[in-house]
Amino acid sequence: MTKKKITVAITGLNNTDNPGPGIPVIRGLLESTFFDVRIIGLAYENLEPGIYMEDHVDKVYSVPYPSIGTEALIKRIKYINSKEKIDLLIPNFDAELYSFMKSAKVLEEMGIKTFLPTIESFEERHKANLDKYGKQYGIKVPKSKSIFKESEIYSLSDDFDYPLLVKGKYYDAFVAYNKDQIKTHFNKISSKWGVPIIIQEFIKGTEVNVIALGDGKGNTVGAVPMRKQYITDKGKAWGGITIDDKKMISITNDLIAKTKWRGGMELEMIKTNNGDYYLIEINPRIPAWVYLAVGAGQNLPEALAKLALGIDFDYFTDYKLGKMFVRYSYDIIMDIDKFQKLSMTGEI
Amino acid sequence: MNINKNIAISGNGFVFDPTTGESFSLNSIGTEILSYLKQDMSKEEIVLAILEKYEIDNITVEKNYVEFLAILREYKLIEND
Repeated sequence: MTKKKITVAITGLNNTDNPGPGIPVIRGLLESTFFDVRIIGLAYENLEPGIYMEDHVDKVYSVPYPSIGTEALIKRIKYINSKEKIDLLIPNFDAELYSFMKSAKVLEEMGIKTFLPTIESFEERHKANLDKYGKQYGIKVPKSKSIFKESEIYSLSDDFDYPLLVKGKYYDAFVAYNKDQIKTHFNKISSKWGVPIIIQEFIKGTEVNVIALGDGKGNTVGAVPMRKQYITDKGKAWGGITIDDKKMISITNDLIAKTKWRGGMELEMIKTNNGDYYLIEINPRIPAWVYLAVGAGQNLPEALAKLALGIDFDYFTDYKLGKMFVRYSYDIIMDIDKFQKLSMTGEI
Repeated sequence: MNINKNIAISGNGFVFDPTTGESFSLNSIGTEILSYLKQDMSKEEIVLAILEKYEIDNITVEKNYVEFLAILREYKLIEND
């Protein structure tokens, strides 16, 4: 069978110890039996390792941070599209998703498809709204409260026991055992990601995650549960294993059916010793451990590309149990020319 | 005794619980007892099998058997007696 040629632009090339999903998404696409993919990497910083992984990216362009403004970002994409004729764009950072969701129509007019959640479903699953979300969709969630000012820390004691979690709106989470620690974490996170800061009940148990893909019509295209086996000091999985957790799959299917979720997602849950499941976070995009799902028989990046491009296919019904991943770090040696070229011209 | 039927036991004593993703290493006697449990053998049958095979007294076998089962229960590899 001749493979269908497509050009896919991808962000999240920061394959660091806090990895973006870009490179694992690319690996899934490159292993597609259906697509012949040309990869255009979109980089926010010149030292994102994926930029220099020549086996994975065909061309890389630097793009402005979404915080500079959606207009500047889309202008840059327009320029890149004039050179590359992009068929599909897969953004992989939480912080950039809003800009791309808002611009989906403009991108479509440029001939660029996306497959993203609706703004409504993106907004309602924010960590700051988790309480409401749990009630609305019938899922257990830890008690949480958003705070905007340091002074609010002093009125928390009535609602929360220690330890508790202090979380940023997009990233970072720390355990705090007293008010002083909450204050330290509040200042550290808010200086980086702004407010609100979310104070969350600490649920004791095992963290289990599900990667899933929703078709936007209420159907689960694929879902694979994983337990982290090795966690970095940033709380990221450095090793994990697929598990047989029917309850998690059922929670995922139910949530996707109720929310008509469109696109990739990751459900982070805590399973208590009593067998209860608490939803602690929904990441509104494919997570960095997606390649485990590919290895377990569900090429979700390929499936996402098919959905975006309107290609019919059979949804996944199974995955291999006991598939493991272990990450490693690796040094790429190169001449300064590439770095210089990207720094000076914005493309490589 | 309800041993989780999904549990995979390899000949060298590696036990994998696919429900939790946990894995365990057993010594040879632990591997043997778990394989007996998987065959739905009763406590009496298992104790007898071990007594016939090894030079050991009944009290020691029973004591170790009970302790081993407590560990299996703690890790949710068996559900009840």
